[in-house]
Amino acid sequence: MAKVLILFAHPRYENSLVQQHLSTVAQKVSGVTFHDLYEFYPDFDVQIKYEQDLLIGHDIIILQHPFYWYSCPPLLKQWIDLVLEHGWAYGRAGKALAGKIMMNAVSTGGSQAAYQPDGFNRFTIGQFLAPFDQTARLCNMAYYPPFVVHGTHRAATRDIENAGESYRLLLEGIVAGKFSDEAIRNVTYLNELIN
Amino acid sequence: MDQVFFSHALVYLAAAVLVVPFAKRLGMGSVLGYLIAGIIIGPYLLGFVGAEGEDIMHVAEFGVVMMLFLVGLELEPSRLWRLRSSILGLGGLQVLGTSLLLAIPGVLLGLSWNVALAIGMILSMSSTAIVLQTLGEKGLMHSSAGQNSFSVLLFQDLAIIPILAVLPLLSFHGGGQEMEVPGETGLIDHLPGWAQTLAVFGAVVAVIFIGTTLVRPLLRYVAGTRLRELFTAAALLLVVGITALMYSVGLSPALGTFLGGVVLANSEYRHELESDIEPFKGLLLGLFFIAVGASVNFGLILENPFLVLSLVASIMVLKTIVLYALARLFRMGTDQGLVFAVSLSQVGEFAFVLLSFARQQRILDENLTAMLMAIVALTMALTPLMILLNEKLIIPRVGTEELAEQIEPDRIDEKNPVIIAGFGRYGNIVGRFLKANGIGTTVLEIDSDRVELLRKLGLKVYYGDATREELLKSAGAEAAQLIVIALDSPEKCLELVETVKKHYPHLHVLVRAQDRSDAYEFMDAGVLYVYRETFDSSLRMGVDALKILGRRSYQAHQAMNIFRRHDNKALKHLATLRGDRKQYINHAREKIMELEKFIEADLQDRALDHDAGWDVESLKEEFRAS
Ligand SMILES: Cc1cc2nc3c(=O)[nH]c(=O)nc-3n(C[C@H](O)[C@H](O)[C@H](O)COP(=O)(O)O)c2cc1C
Repeated sequence: MAKVLILFAHPRYENSLVQQHLSTVAQKVSGVTFHDLYEFYPDFDVQIKYEQDLLIGHDIIILQHPFYWYSCPPLLKQWIDLVLEHGWAYGRAGKALAGKIMMNAVSTGGSQAAYQPDGFNRFTIGQFLAPFDQTARLCNMAYYPPFVVHGTHRAATRDIENAGESYRLLLEGIVAGKFSDEAIRNVTYLNELIN
Repeated sequence: MDQVFFSHALVYLAAAVLVVPFAKRLGMGSVLGYLIAGIIIGPYLLGFVGAEGEDIMHVAEFGVVMMLFLVGLELEPSRLWRLRSSILGLGGLQVLGTSLLLAIPGVLLGLSWNVALAIGMILSMSSTAIVLQTLGEKGLMHSSAGQNSFSVLLFQDLAIIPILAVLPLLSFHGGGQEMEVPGETGLIDHLPGWAQTLAVFGAVVAVIFIGTTLVRPLLRYVAGTRLRELFTAAALLLVVGITALMYSVGLSPALGTFLGGVVLANSEYRHELESDIEPFKGLLLGLFFIAVGASVNFGLILENPFLVLSLVASIMVLKTIVLYALARLFRMGTDQGLVFAVSLSQVGEFAFVLLSFARQQRILDENLTAMLMAIVALTMALTPLMILLNEKLIIPRVGTEELAEQIEPDRIDEKNPVIIAGFGRYGNIVGRFLKANGIGTTVLEIDSDRVELLRKLGLKVYYGDATREELLKSAGAEAAQLIVIALDSPEKCLELVETVKKHYPHLHVLVRAQDRSDAYEFMDAGVLYVYRETFDSSLRMGVDALKILGRRSYQAHQAMNIFRRHDNKALKHLATLRGDRKQYINHAREKIMELEKFIEADLQDRALDHDAGWDVESLKEEFRAS
């Protein structure tokens, strides 16, 4: 049984459709700790020790957020800057996170087609997420491919519900250790493990 | 109006205008200034005013009458309740103890017991006018000495009622009067003692009744006209009316207006009345002190100087001893106890009223009355001097040291960047916060009890009046970068702002304001950093309320930021419009409406201006269209 920690960052949760649904779903999965950063730190005053203890108590860390300007909302960045301390998360003595796994679960306004080398955004989601990938590496963690919900600008209720269902199955699978490393390494999006 | 009136007005006003500023400059306080002015123009020096000093005294007593009206207005029941132990305990014991201690030597000197007791009661009074004015000018009203002085004076004011009622009973000459006392022809003089006592209570009841039933509708009616001067007229009418009523029954008008004030203390017009009467009071009180100065009978004093002076000295010493003993009993520190005891050691203006009443009742004969009048006037005249001596000679010896003496110019080790003036509940938080962040602060505090306590806790706190330029200098104002002003009284804060602007213009001034109107004053004075003391705390409470009601914490915080910015902007705008009162009200209402709109807009369109970056709606539309 893997322990999953979701670090959730959404500054306009009230207006959210996709992320709100994903969050509701995620909070119901047992074995998942849902940590709402904007609710905790409205003034960006991230409590480092508290967050580090939280990390230590979990095996898999999911950064769940809408895609904003090809990256994450600012509080999540603040969290990374403050919590992943030198000598704790990285550096010669920084081994606190060794062996853990990190991944992103994002929603984007743009479609999957737009996130192709010849698409509107010129780069893939994987490429945009490179900083997270390397952050995980630096902190001695493995980095999984992302879970992605595309085209939120055009998403109908049914699409959102389907996305929620996939997310639930994915989380349950991860907690149960259902997916082999092999399978995971072979997909672009974790969405592909479901179906 | 005859020429005599104008020539008198000329003499009095000129004396005040010429002498008082001079006295103040010498650090003597205005009361002593007025008294000296009176002595100078009195019959024994320049002789500008002579026999008619007595008449002037009558006019001037009206200042005392007004002051008591204001004291009455200050008496909210809640405040009385809060001060109940010091009023009843401290005040009660003071009047009782002093009366008896002063009566005993009287009896020993051969006076009959009733005369001695009457004199004891009369001399136990202190001067509300002198004490409040002096302590106020020194910014000591909020110190424990100030608070306790206020309580004692309050008790004395209240004690006048029973004393006036009891005095007729001390007269052995009941029945008709053999000799008319000029000037004081009350309707009840011819009644027997018990009936006079009854009449006293009757008049008191009448004032209370009229005050509660008739005056408020009248004031409401007048206020409805929105003519400010008419309200002033109504306020004066009220005071004059009560005075006339009291004179007609031969009672003390001071007492009557005091009651009138108490009755109106809880009314919605309290502040209006206060600010309307205040200037008249100040001027007439000045006149009163001049008259006291002018009426000191130097002839009598010069006849038996030794007797008079030794009486004055023993009365003041005795009163001081009683007061200091009580101060210690009520746990005041050495400094505060001394300030308290010395401040109240004189005999007050009420004594003049009571003396003439006792004379009327023929408890006292004419010689004794004149002698006592002179003694009372002398004790009053000596008070500011005594306070000065106490401050300059006694306290520095026995009390908490003042910064000025403590640090000689060559060893000012304080090169702290921050000076904090006032280390009460506001200043102390700022101080602790800065200290926690490694910023050195020099603290100035006027309440010596607090100073001692804080020093015991290991803080660097200096005793003294921060508005004094020398003190600022020795606190290192030249080297400091900023000053935090958090003194108890807004007036003192403003005074300090002026002093700093004048002598240390390089200092950044950060000032605590108790409310909006204070904030306006400071902004008018050019202060850039003004903090309303309850503003941020209320907003944070609002945020928590929103959160409890289910609003997201981040959103609630953003709402607070927007609100704070908006409100500060409105404050700055309103500060520029304050001259015209009506306009101010309009604008205040407009601002509230604006705020309402703001909040509504907030609700309808959740993508606030500020957060427009997150507005995906427009983006989505563009997307759908493509
Ligand atoms: C400030 C901002 C920046 C955004 N940047 C991007 C972006 O770079 N790429 C993209 O595909 N969508 C972008 N979007 C769209 C959001 O990703 C999309 O609205 C969100 O994932 C929808 O999830 P929600 O309904 O839970 O808010 C942006 C939206 C906002 C408000």
